[in-house]
Amino acid sequence: MTLDGLEHATQARIVAVDWPALAGDEAKRLRALGVDEGAEIKVLHRGVFGTRDPLAIRIGRMTIALRRAHAAAIEVEPA
Amino acid sequence: MSRDDPPRTRTAALVGNPNSGKSALFNTLTGARQKIANYPGVTVERKAGRLVLPDGEAVELLDLPGSYSFDAASPDEAVTRDVVKGSFEGEATPDVLVLVMDASNLEQHLVFAQEVLELGRPTVVALNMVDLAERDGLTLDPAALSEALGVPVVPTVAVRRKGLAELTAAIAEAEAHAAEDVRKNWHLSLPERRLSAKHIARAAILSTTARHTIENGVDRLLLNPWIGPVILFGLLFVIFQAVFAWATPFADALEGGVGLLSGAVTDTLPEGLVRDFLTEGVLAGVGSVVVFLPQIVILFFFILVMEASGYMARAAFLMDRLMAGVGLSGKSFIPLLSSFACAIPGIMATRSISDPKDRLTTILIAPLMTCSARLPVYAVVIAAFIPATSVGPGVGLQGLVLFALYVAGIVGAMIVALVLRGTVAKGAASGFIMELPRYQLPRLRDLAIGLWQRAWVFLRRAGTIIFAATIALWVLLSFPQAEPGESQLDASYAGTVADVLHPALEPVGFNREMSLALIPALAAREVAVSALATTYAVDAEDEDLAAQGVTDRIAGLWSLPTALAFLAWFVFAPQCLSTIAVARRETNGWKWPIFMLAYLFGLAYIFAGITYWSAVALGL
Repeated sequence: MTLDGLEHATQARIVAVDWPALAGDEAKRLRALGVDEGAEIKVLHRGVFGTRDPLAIRIGRMTIALRRAHAAAIEVEPA
Repeated sequence: MSRDDPPRTRTAALVGNPNSGKSALFNTLTGARQKIANYPGVTVERKAGRLVLPDGEAVELLDLPGSYSFDAASPDEAVTRDVVKGSFEGEATPDVLVLVMDASNLEQHLVFAQEVLELGRPTVVALNMVDLAERDGLTLDPAALSEALGVPVVPTVAVRRKGLAELTAAIAEAEAHAAEDVRKNWHLSLPERRLSAKHIARAAILSTTARHTIENGVDRLLLNPWIGPVILFGLLFVIFQAVFAWATPFADALEGGVGLLSGAVTDTLPEGLVRDFLTEGVLAGVGSVVVFLPQIVILFFFILVMEASGYMARAAFLMDRLMAGVGLSGKSFIPLLSSFACAIPGIMATRSISDPKDRLTTILIAPLMTCSARLPVYAVVIAAFIPATSVGPGVGLQGLVLFALYVAGIVGAMIVALVLRGTVAKGAASGFIMELPRYQLPRLRDLAIGLWQRAWVFLRRAGTIIFAATIALWVLLSFPQAEPGESQLDASYAGTVADVLHPALEPVGFNREMSLALIPALAAREVAVSALATTYAVDAEDEDLAAQGVTDRIAGLWSLPTALAFLAWFVFAPQCLSTIAVARRETNGWKWPIFMLAYLFGLAYIFAGITYWSAVALGL
C-alpha cells in the first residue's frame, strides 16, 4: 500500500520509497524531513476539492505537507 | 609612528533548521539595527546585526537561511552551506557558529546539527523554545545533550529573553573553549545520522508527559476541506478591506503633506524651471511612491502575522490544489495575493518559493494582479462611461465592471502561467513539500522589526527608481519649452513621442491624448489620470478635482469603444518602471524584465484591440 491510499489517522511505517520516481530536489527535501524507510507516519489532513490533494502527514514530531504524487512513491504498512 | 590595525570584527552566525525560532533569537540578540542586503549573485537575503558580548566587544551576527541539510535542495540552503563552510566568495568564514535547535523537535533538528558539528568549528548550541517544549510535556537535560554533542548547550526562550546572557557568554568563550570541546568523529550517512539523532534525543529527554498538542485540533478546523477555505477567504476579505479602507486616511494625509510642501515651495520660489522641477518633478515623484506606503505596511502586517503564527503554511496548503492547476504550487499564493496591493512587495515575497521555475513564473504573472495603482484609472473611466444603474439587488453595473476587470487580470494570469510553464519556464511539474510549523503567538517586537525592514526596502527600491523616472518624464514633458500660445504638452518631447506612438495605437481605438497619457503612466499607473488632466487642460487643484474634471471631459470626448479599450489596456498594463526594476533585481538580470515588458505590452495591445473592435462591431 502506498501513502496516498493510507486510511486517515492510521499509524503506519514506511517500508520503501521509490526515490527515482521523485524529482532530485524533492527527494532531498523529503529525506531531510525524515521520510525514509522505517519512519513512523500518519495522515492527518487532506486537501480541498475532489482530488483531496495535498496531504498533511505526521512524521516524528512534525507535520509536513506533500502532494499525492509524492505519497504514491512512498510504500507503507500499518504499524 | 605607526598605529596598529584595529582588530578585525569577529563574526558569528546563527544556523539551524527552518522553524527553530532562529529569527526571533536573532531579533532579540541584535535588536532593530539590522543590515539587510542580498548575497552577491543570488537573491538570498543576507541579514546581519551587531551583537555585544559581555566584555563589550561587538561581533557581527549573521542570520543564515534555515536549512534542513548541507545537501542543498534550494538556493537558500546552498548559501548557508557555503557560508558555514567558508567557501562563499566575499563572505568571511564565521568565527563562531550558533546552532539553533527547537527543543521540542530535537530528533529532527539533531540530524542537521550533526552535519554542522562535523565541521569542527567553534560552536555553541542554543536549545531554543524550551518553554514550548515544556508546554508539550517535555523535560530536557541540557547537560546530557552537551555531553553527547561535545559542545556547550544553552537553553533559551528567545521571545522572553531567557538564557540570552548565558548564550552571549558562551559565544564569547566559544573560540577559546573549542579546544576543550570533544569532537565526535562522526561523518555518517544520513540514515546513520538519523539513528544517532534518535539516540541523542532520547538521552536528552528526561520525561515526556503525553499531552495533546493544540496543532491537530486547530488544524482539524483550519485545514478542514469545507470550513478551511471559508475561513481563509474570510481572512482575505478582511485583509483587502484593510488594505483599501484603512490605508486611505494615511494615504490622504501623506498626499496632503506633500501638497503642503509643494505649496510652500510654490510660494517661496520665483516662477521658473527650478520651481517646476521641485514641485512637478521631485515632490510629485516622491509623493507618488509614498502614497502607497500605508497600503504596503498594512498588507505586510497581515502577511507577517500569518507567517509568524504559522497560518501562512496552512493557506498555502489550502490553495495548493488550485495553483497546481496552472503548474504552480501553494507557495505562489501569497506573493500573488500581495500583488493586488502592489506588484513590488508581491515580487519580493516570491523569495519563499524554493523552485526556481515556479518562482520565475510567479514573478512574471504578478503584475497581472490588479494592483491598487490601477484603481484610480479604472475609477475615472468607469465613472465617465458606465451608467450607475443597478443590475440586481445591491449590485451596481459600475461595481460589476470593476469586478470583471479584476477577474480578467486573474484569468489572464492563470492562462499566462500555464503557457509559461509549458514554454519558457518549462520543467517538471512543481511539487509542494513544506513543513507546517506549530502555531505560535506572533510577538509584537518581531512584527515591528519586520514591518520596519520591509517598509524601508520598499521605499529604497521603489523610491529611487520612481524618483529617477519621474524626473526623466518631467524633462520629457517640460522641454523644449512651448512658445507663447502653444500647448506645453504638444511642444514637448513627450508630445513628439506621442505623435510617433499614436499611429501604432490608433488601430486599438486610442486617440492622441491617450497615447500621451501612457508615457507618464510608465512611472506609476495612476499618473495616467493626472496626465489626462493636463492634456485636457483641466484646471484643478488636487487629484480628486482633477479626476472629476477628467471624468466630465472624457465622457464627452471619447467613444465607448475607446474607453473600454483603455480599460482593457490597463488590465494588462505595461509595467510601471519600479516593478521592472524589482523584477530585474529579483531575477538577477535584464532578460526576464524585458520579456515581462514585451509580453505585457503585447497582451495589452491585443486585448485593447479585441475590446475596441468587438465594441464597435456591437455598435456600442
